Amino acid sequence: MNIAVEARGLGVERGGRSVLRELDFAVPAGSLTGLLGPSGCGKTTLMRALVGVQARVSGGLTVLGAPAGAAALRSRIGYVTQDPAVYGDLTVRENLRYFAAVRGVRRGRRRAAADRAIAEVDLGDHADALARDLSGGQHSRVSLAAALLGGGPAGTDRPELLVLDEPTVGLDPVLRRDLWGHFGRLAAAGATVLVSSHVMDEAERCQRLLLLRDGRLLADEEPAALLRRTGAPDVEAAFLHLVDEAAAGGSRTGE
Amino acid sequence: MLLNPPVAFATAHRVLTQLRHDPRSLALMIVVPCVLQALLAWVFDDKTTFDRVGPSLLGTFPLIVMFLITAVTTLRERRSGTLERLLAMPAAKLDLLAGYALAFGAVAVVQAVVVTSVSVWGLGMKTAGPVWLLGVVAVLDGVLGTALGLFVSAFAATEFQAVQFMPAFVFPQFLLGGLLVPRDQMNGVLRAVSDALPVSYAIDGMQRVAAEAHPAGLYWRDIGVLTGCILLALLLGAATLRRRTP
Repeated sequence: MNIAVEARGLGVERGGRSVLRELDFAVPAGSLTGLLGPSGCGKTTLMRALVGVQARVSGGLTVLGAPAGAAALRSRIGYVTQDPAVYGDLTVRENLRYFAAVRGVRRGRRRAAADRAIAEVDLGDHADALARDLSGGQHSRVSLAAALLGGGPAGTDRPELLVLDEPTVGLDPVLRRDLWGHFGRLAAAGATVLVSSHVMDEAERCQRLLLLRDGRLLADEEPAALLRRTGAPDVEAAFLHLVDEAAAGGSRTGE
Repeated sequence: MLLNPPVAFATAHRVLTQLRHDPRSLALMIVVPCVLQALLAWVFDDKTTFDRVGPSLLGTFPLIVMFLITAVTTLRERRSGTLERLLAMPAAKLDLLAGYALAFGAVAVVQAVVVTSVSVWGLGMKTAGPVWLLGVVAVLDGVLGTALGLFVSAFAATEFQAVQFMPAFVFPQFLLGGLLVPRDQMNGVLRAVSDALPVSYAIDGMQRVAAEAHPAGLYWRDIGVLTGCILLALLLGAATLRRRTP
């Protein structure tokens, strides 16, 4: 199987309004794919649909060969919500030991699984600090570590699909570079990594791009191909080009 | 929806660890009911009134405290995104609820044992029946409070609302449960409503232990009804945990 996520006519309705409309795209397995678009364009809703916590999803959405939200998928996906979803009144290590337990890691292996995830996000010095006492960036790294945790009894089953909702927002440039490097290595090791961001210059670190605006897909291609097609110098300019093009096309057809 | 004991135990352990990091709340949960019981003993100068009212009140503290703490904790979990994360992980909803019930049930046991001991041996409260039967009702009251709190947290959007649900949900049960006016002196309508409320059975059970040397059939019926209500509230609570949300 070389397609990790496939959407066919995907739509989501929230509060009587279409938040996502007629999306068709495919995410290749083992790729580092960026989901880019301005705030409020539907990135989070799309990610929630992928991990199976979004209500009122229509159309087809296949994840790792199963319909999105299938119970068997839950142990194969790592998900980071936009706000750091960790317990502020637990230490970093206590948080991760708990999430390891929920991922099915045996009691004796939880500490090791937690410590490995903590090392991956470079929080070793803060393992025994309460999460609420950490800075914003450290806080979101704890949340990221929880998604990177291995599952299964031995804690060695790494998630096959990582769905990361704006994991690098508010982080310092060095850390952002390190994390993107880490995402690249995870993809190289075989995981499919889908990262959302509203910062267009993060696109250059992705092998593939999904550009989203107003619930519609503007592009689904490789960054180089996107720049060639639009003749734009960077992804931000390409995005603007596509928006203008869509607006012009819309006015011509009288929409 | 099958129960997965390691996840339930890990959840209980996590909730208790959170409480351990908040020693002030823990102290309030244990100390406040004891102080209130002492105040009650002091207000009722004559010992017989305290012996009559004390046991009934003994069951109300665990209910109120556990209701509040569970409602607020669960609400926080819903709002902080941790619940969404857990539901996207291989955790059954029942595992999480069972974890909460286990953790707060354990706190309810400690609270019930301490308050009962202080009332009986510290304040000289006398009951006709064995003291441990009071403890059984007190623990069930605490667990009932947890179960109701879990259920109610689904209908509160903020911590303020969750706290306001306490007088709305719990006080009517105290008024109609026979704390102020014995249930058999109420008019037909009130009596019928009172029969349908779980706290009535908790107070009945307490009063039987206070008055009867060997509470038997009716006491255990009260215990049975309470247990049934706890299971029902937990199932309702599970139904309010939605994996897919708008």
